[in-house]
Formats: sequence, structure tokens, C-alpha cells
Amino acid sequence: MISNSQLVNKYFRHNKKFPHIWCPGCGIGIILGNMLRSIDALAIDKNDIAFVSGIGCTGRAPVYVDFNTLHTTHGRALPFATGLKLARPELNVIVATGDGDATAIGGNHLIHACRRNIDITTIIFNNYIYGMTGGQYSPTTPHGDKASTCKLGNIERPFNISALVEAAGATFVGRTTSYHTLQMQNIIKKAILHKGFSVVEVITHCPTTYGRINHKGSAVEMLKWQKEIAIDKSRAEKMSPKELEGRIITGVLIEKDLPEFCEQYDSIIEQAQSQAGKPK
Amino acid sequence: MNKKTSYQLMQGNEAVAEGALAAGVSFFAGYPITPSTEIAEVLADRLPATGGKFIQMEDEIGSIAAIIGASIGGCKSLTATSGPGFSLMQENLGFACLAEIPLVIVNVMRTGPSTGLATSPSQGDVMQARWGTHGDHPIIALTPSSVEEAFHYTIKAVNFAEKYRNPVILLMDEVIGHMRARVNLPPRSMVEQINRVHPNMPHEWYLPYERSATGVAPMASFGDGYRYHITGLIHDAKGFPTSNPNEARDNIRGLFAKIERGFSEICLVDYEYMEDAEHAIVAYGSMVLSARSAIEQLRESGIKVGLIKLGTLWPFPRFALERFLPQLKTILVPELNMGQIYREVLRVTSGKAIIEKLNRVNGTIIAPQEIVKTVKGMVR
Repeated sequence: MISNSQLVNKYFRHNKKFPHIWCPGCGIGIILGNMLRSIDALAIDKNDIAFVSGIGCTGRAPVYVDFNTLHTTHGRALPFATGLKLARPELNVIVATGDGDATAIGGNHLIHACRRNIDITTIIFNNYIYGMTGGQYSPTTPHGDKASTCKLGNIERPFNISALVEAAGATFVGRTTSYHTLQMQNIIKKAILHKGFSVVEVITHCPTTYGRINHKGSAVEMLKWQKEIAIDKSRAEKMSPKELEGRIITGVLIEKDLPEFCEQYDSIIEQAQSQAGKPK
Repeated sequence: MNKKTSYQLMQGNEAVAEGALAAGVSFFAGYPITPSTEIAEVLADRLPATGGKFIQMEDEIGSIAAIIGASIGGCKSLTATSGPGFSLMQENLGFACLAEIPLVIVNVMRTGPSTGLATSPSQGDVMQARWGTHGDHPIIALTPSSVEEAFHYTIKAVNFAEKYRNPVILLMDEVIGHMRARVNLPPRSMVEQINRVHPNMPHEWYLPYERSATGVAPMASFGDGYRYHITGLIHDAKGFPTSNPNEARDNIRGLFAKIERGFSEICLVDYEYMEDAEHAIVAYGSMVLSARSAIEQLRESGIKVGLIKLGTLWPFPRFALERFLPQLKTILVPELNMGQIYREVLRVTSGKAIIEKLNRVNGTIIAPQEIVKTVKGMVR
């Protein structure tokens, strides 16, 4: 596997002003680093990757890395990526999006991208909170937990992102945590190789807001908590619902082979051109 | 396509779709909305045979996002909508202004605000086209006043978008969008197509937002080997976010400067009967049709009135009025709104002529007779 210094040298932008904007202990860097390791393991040319994001802490990920990078508006990374993928089907389009970006303001785009089955890899960085704006509750903040806009406890029920995207028709769904880095690399690799719309939900931690407000301890303690609650799908299948209470099932949850959007559109073009009786 | 000029019966919206194809548009994303839907329908039918692509998105926010993405991938891209959808597009329109992404939004205006009168004409989105997205930004807005012009102005809109790396809005009122007329379209070989300038320097030398002598930076498509960053944050010449006040100033002022340089080319204005005119009607869109008819009648009664036809609304072609101010006594601005261009006319004439407005916001048009009556009242 590529060493950390090689990883930094190969994939981080040398002409970009560092340091990055993320807080000490943030989980986003772990996910970004493992995404790069997955890309490196697949030996994909940097020119062939478009890395697209929305707004928020996760939205800042693309600017640091040496791909074709697009930092869009809040919640809209997926429709930007959809247009780009249709224009350039040969690109590997990877979207980085947070829980608020993907499932609140961008929720409609998320479910429709799932339904369309366009070949985009979406990594959802789920840290249960709006971090950049200072810790407001998000669609994944657990019921009863606290945030700056629900100091007495969240009275809304959270989305189960993986279940949501499965129901919406995503043909690949994987879930992991920022503790399980090898599993994360494997799932991201599979998601990139998957022909169709793939979602990787990564449970991660925001020690600065969610962790602090809910007394979850340091970043290390939050990582240990991820280790404790995660349970691999193969083991979970043998457990009772009671035993699974409060646990997060990880692994590749869905993997289906269904017609991909761009490929189907290519056949529409072929049909239209043969009907018109003149190719291009 | 047609090898020679030929006459056809065509609707304004269909003419827009034909213009888009003639201009080289290869990507359309949209969401159904009256009274613009025919544009989507025609392009959904016609694009695949040209190798182009059509996608129906989940809403208008997604539509403009998708055409921005496709434009970054190198496609000439266009969407079509009406007032409610245009409102939804505003945030991403600002993104395209700041990130300098070429694209065209066709807004076939209907009566608002809100759902309003969904199938009735209006010119109520003139100021929204100018200032609808937040922050200071330049915009180009063209407005055709006939079916044939809908074809030509769509081509102009695509060409301006490519040349200036700026979103262009084609504002049509429902009358022009749904009117059917005999048109005489040029063969494809006669249509001028402008393509964005691509970088030709070695990849590592490319600074994506470093303006060339034209004021516009060459634009690389994603996937062409120039790996760079595009953001909706204020950015430096490298495309990276900055909060340095000097770099922020250069970023925003640079946007304005490139449009100012192209001002005379972008401003499409026509004059009819203006040589000896003592009175002028300033009109655009379907109001040009009423104004023309009114002018014929007024000239018959010996009133020297002419037409200043605005094909470009933004940037506002102030010279079109300024040049005639010494000879003009009165100016009438008939509009299907409460006076949005009237305010611009007032602004640029600064009290040097008598300016009157004639407005209609009930979903009907202003008939020639009403213009005749108003001008006669002003002349008296």
C-alpha cells in the first residue's frame, strides 16, 4: 500500500495554500485519505477523476486534491455531477457530501440520482451535525441528542441513510466508519468499480460540535465508539433484532446489476441516429 | 438539415430549439413548465440524433446544476423554463456567473408573481434576470420580438455565453413563445458558431482564471488533462478560494470588465422610423408588434414617431436612447409589467425628455390602439 508521504506527494495539490480548514480530530481527513488510497489501489489516472462536492465541511475536500475538482452549491453536487457525467461518461465522477448536504437540502437530488442509476460514486460523510455553521441538528442527528438548535434534545427522528438510498433504488450501497479504514478502502474501491449509482455512507465524528455538545469525549473516544457500535453485515445476519439495537451494520449492503443511465442513453442515441438514417 | 433557405411555419419555442441546435448546443436539462415546455420536447426529440443529450431533472435547481456540469465537461448547454422555475435557478445562476461557466437559460415569461397566470404573457422577469441572484454580478439578457428572431437570438445567446464565459438569459414573453409565424431560416452553413477558447499551453502552466487580453480566461474542460478547481467561493487566478481583499476585488471586477469590453457587440438594438422622429416608443418582445402597428397609424396622422427596439435588455443599451435625445420630445415605454425598463429609460435619460409608461399586468397584451391613444395624449 502507498505510504502516507507518497500519498500526500502524489495526490495533494502542491500549489494550494495549506493547512486545510478542518478542526483537529476531524474525521473528514480520514475519509479523504482512504478515498485516495482506494483510488491509488485502482491505479486510476488523476486526469480521469472528477471530484465534486457541495457545501459544508465535507464540501471543502476537493480543493486540496489534484483531480478535476468542482465545489458546487449547497446540496447540488449530484445534479452538477449528473450533467458532467453525461457530458464526459469516461470520467470517474466521485461526489463527496455531508449528511446535511446530501439528505436535507440535497435530499431530492439524492433520491432521484439513486433512481436514475447514473454511474456516479457518492461518499456521504455522516457526522450527525452541521459542523461548519457551528453544530445545528441535521437529518441524521439521533433522536434525543443535542445540538445548538435543539439544546433540550432532538425531537425529530433521524434518516437511516443507507436504508433511504436503498429504497430510492441505489444499485450499490456500502456503509462503514472512519475507524474501519481497511473496510472503507475496500468498499470505496467496489463503489468506484460498480457500474451504476453507488453510495458509501461513512459514519464519522465531529468532536468540535456534535461530540462536545453531547459529551462524547475526544476524537479518539469517538473513534472507539464507532468501533464498538459497528457490526459487519455477515455477523449481523446471525443476530436478533434485539441484539442489533443501537448497532450500525457495516459492509456492502446492496450490490445489484441494473442498466446504467449513460449506457442506456447511448442506445437512445444509436436508435435516433439509425432512424434519422445518417450517423452523426 | 436544409441546404438552402426555405420558408416554414414555426412556433417561437420551436424556433428557440432550432436555434439551439444550429448554435451547436449538445446538452439540455430541464423540468416541464408552461409556457416553455415545447423547447424541452423538441430538444428531447432532436438532440439524440445529433449525438447530444437531454435529461429531465427532478426540478429546476437540478436542471441548471446539470447544464453547469455539462458545460464544464465541454458541452454547449441550455435549459428552458418560466418564472417559477427561473426563481429556483437563481442560486446556481450566481454560481455560473462567478465560476464563469457558459450556459443559456431561456425564460418564457408568464404572469407572476408566484404561480400567477400560468399561460398568460408577461414581461415581469426583466429585473429578476438582472438582479435575481444575490451579489454583484454582470448578466447578459436578450429578448426576441418575433419567431424568426427567437431563432437568431438563441444562436446569439449561445455565442455570447461561449465568448464571454457568462450565463446568458433569453427572455421571451409567452406571446413570442407560442406565436406561430412563417420563418425563413438560414442554412446551417450560414450560421456563425462561436466556441469558447480552450487553453493551449502545457498543462502545468494553466491558470484557470487568468484573463487573457480579451478579458476572458481560456476554459479547459474536465477530462482534458488540465486538472483544476472550480468553486462558488471568491477565488484567485488559480481558482482557489481566497479572502484577500485585493484578490476578491480583482475577481468580481474582472467579471464586470469582460462584459463592459463586449458592451457594443452585446447590445442588440434596432431603429425604425427614427431618422425624423420627434417621439419614440421603446419596446421589446411582443410589445414591438403592437408598437409597429401603432407607429403606422400615428405616422398616417402626421405624428413623427419612431421605434427603438431593444433586443438586449442587459447590459442596458443606454446609447440607443442617448443618441436620439436631442431630437426627441417624448418617449413612451409600453411593457407587460409595472414599468421595469421604464425605470431604466428614466435613469439613462436623466430628465432630458418626457418619459411615459404604459403598463399591463392582467395577462392580456397592450393593443396598438392603446399605444396610439397614449402617444396622441403625450403629443398634445
